[in-house]
Amino acid sequence: MRTGVERIRAVAVLPALAIGLALVLGAVIMILSSPLVDGFDLTLPVTAYQALAVGAFGSGNALVSTLVNATPLILAGLAVGIGFKAGLFNIGAQGQFLLGALSATIVAIALNGASPAVAIPLSLLAGMIGGLAWGFVPGFLKAFTGAHEVVTTIMLNFVAIQLVSYVISGPLRGAEVTFARTDDILAAELPILIGRDGHFGLLFAAVAVPLAWWLLYRSTIGFEIRTVGANPDAARYGGMQPKWITILAMSTCGLLAGTAGAGEILGEVGYMPASYGTTVGFDAIAVALLGRAHPVGILFAGLLFGAMQAGAGLMQVQAGIPVQMVSVLQAVILFFLAAELIVRRVLRIRAPGTGVEAELETVSRSYGEQTSR
Amino acid sequence: MDAIFDIPIIGVLIQFVVYVIAALPVVAPTIVAAATPIALGAMCGFMNGRSGVVNIGIEGMMLTAAFVAWWSASLAAQVVPNVGIGFLGITLPLLIGLLAAILAAMAVSAVHAWLSISVRADQIISGTIINIFAVGITGYLNLLISKQSPPSAGQFQALQLPGFIVNVPVLGFLLKSLIGVGPIGLTMLISVIVLQVLLFRSRWGLRTRAVGEHPKAAETVGIDVIALRYRNVIVGGVFAGLAGAYLTIEFGSAFQGEMTAGRGFIALAALIFGRWTPVGAFGAAILFTASIGLERSIRFAPPEGQLGEWLTAVPLQFYGALPYLITIIVLAGVVGRSLAPAAVGRPYERESKAA
Repeated sequence: MRTGVERIRAVAVLPALAIGLALVLGAVIMILSSPLVDGFDLTLPVTAYQALAVGAFGSGNALVSTLVNATPLILAGLAVGIGFKAGLFNIGAQGQFLLGALSATIVAIALNGASPAVAIPLSLLAGMIGGLAWGFVPGFLKAFTGAHEVVTTIMLNFVAIQLVSYVISGPLRGAEVTFARTDDILAAELPILIGRDGHFGLLFAAVAVPLAWWLLYRSTIGFEIRTVGANPDAARYGGMQPKWITILAMSTCGLLAGTAGAGEILGEVGYMPASYGTTVGFDAIAVALLGRAHPVGILFAGLLFGAMQAGAGLMQVQAGIPVQMVSVLQAVILFFLAAELIVRRVLRIRAPGTGVEAELETVSRSYGEQTSR
Repeated sequence: MDAIFDIPIIGVLIQFVVYVIAALPVVAPTIVAAATPIALGAMCGFMNGRSGVVNIGIEGMMLTAAFVAWWSASLAAQVVPNVGIGFLGITLPLLIGLLAAILAAMAVSAVHAWLSISVRADQIISGTIINIFAVGITGYLNLLISKQSPPSAGQFQALQLPGFIVNVPVLGFLLKSLIGVGPIGLTMLISVIVLQVLLFRSRWGLRTRAVGEHPKAAETVGIDVIALRYRNVIVGGVFAGLAGAYLTIEFGSAFQGEMTAGRGFIALAALIFGRWTPVGAFGAAILFTASIGLERSIRFAPPEGQLGEWLTAVPLQFYGALPYLITIIVLAGVVGRSLAPAAVGRPYERESKAA
């Protein structure tokens, strides 16, 4: 048995290295592009990263802003991570997030005159069900027709965008708004807990992480999910029903991403626009991979990406570095994680045997086999 | 005529056909223009998929190429003389932009090939990395560059067909819509046909199909699986490059952040819907964009009478969602099954290496 510290070190060393290498590469890009910013400047990365850190951790409000940004990333990250454990690649967190946001908005607008004690729980529930439904469909199609979830979830993301556009610019368009959006959500607005905008939704992520951990590692269903993910045939021989586990896992993913969407609308935005620009569903893939599909890992990865998003604004103002640098950093982190084998060989790190590759063994390799489970 | 339209149900159907035929001359060029980057993106996915590599990074490759085409054409316009050959609006800066876009997309493809084939990383993760990186780096540079408001290098022009061809009934109109396009549009049409023939009639096509379906069997007859996959994935980048360049130096002449707007994913859908063949994917791209063309037409010139009431009763967004819904239905095998090449997504490991 390895001790706890050794285990943490074995799991965390590669993500930490990936983050470090990404920061270095980000600095190189900043220096090379500095003539476009304000003349060639070797110290630009220092100014930029300093602003990024201050914007993310420099004050009480900055810390709260980090938490607010991290919350949907953690929830949607769990939605992708649980999929990985079940051997499913959920590219559809984006669509599930949108459906959660849309369903919560529909109920919240309908209950605008009601008391918050009724409106808040019902709107949240609607968001969860909306996300769940958008996760159920690809799960069902995978289980019973063999349609690969990567493609169906990508398609459903775009269907979700059109659906949101229709509902918000049509039946739900507000009475006194200048662009296509709903009226303000009143009764179902989540209360502020801490700081300027630390809303009640922060607690969803705080609750979801231990719950997901319990589900995966302490419950029978979680055991079945992980077994189906590792080897559907063995699971079938063991008396499990991979079809239903697949549907259950995808639905759970949808529920989590839907909760993230509901939380964003009810806690952060306060209304729903017809074209809701968000990349949370794709960032969630990065979060789940960086967190090695483990709930605790996803918590830290979500906090890291949340901090980067929170600090990006100050970085743009103080150092003139566009916020898109954050996406570049995320992609580079993922790149070094994906190239794990090579990074290990070059840096001579021993394999911890808990790589995310092991989790993904059945994911993209099953892409061509459209066999039902 | 009105008497026919009054027949219940069938009358409305006939009315619909008449409406579509009447609207076609107006929307056909739009449909072809919208289908061009999608068909080119699908060719990129085709080159990858047929040799056994999943590519969900087409979107990112296109976005990178779109940016590089626009920026390098703009830079070139400030350095080299703006000489043209007086045909299809081809000028030296635009050619430089096109070439740079193709090279950039090939470079991104090479990274995808390296991660998928040599590193044997998860191919879907590799595609995700490309998509996130492309959004980040193009958005980053675009914001920095646009401060200096660089000059536009213009755009390619459409082929002008002589009047006597255009005036031929039916055929003339079809030719005008299809080949009355710019150089990248013409390249798209040629590549679709050439790739289709090559896939089923050439040694390269047979080998590629073997590598995509059963790499082990291919290796035993002496095909270098790894080398062929590398070559096909990198050449596939050429098409993503053309698709991106089309957006910024042929269809339009400016770059905007995230301007590909999901076209790379529609390309993937078109490829699946077209059953992994070039001509099929092209047909699917036309069908998908026809749905959008119909939406435009209904929005700006709705038909009269019963049909108009029916068509405008359907939310316009439905036409936008239709391509994706159809793809899901086809994938689920409800109406005709579309099967992916059997070895797609699986990194290949040589026997000798494993032993």
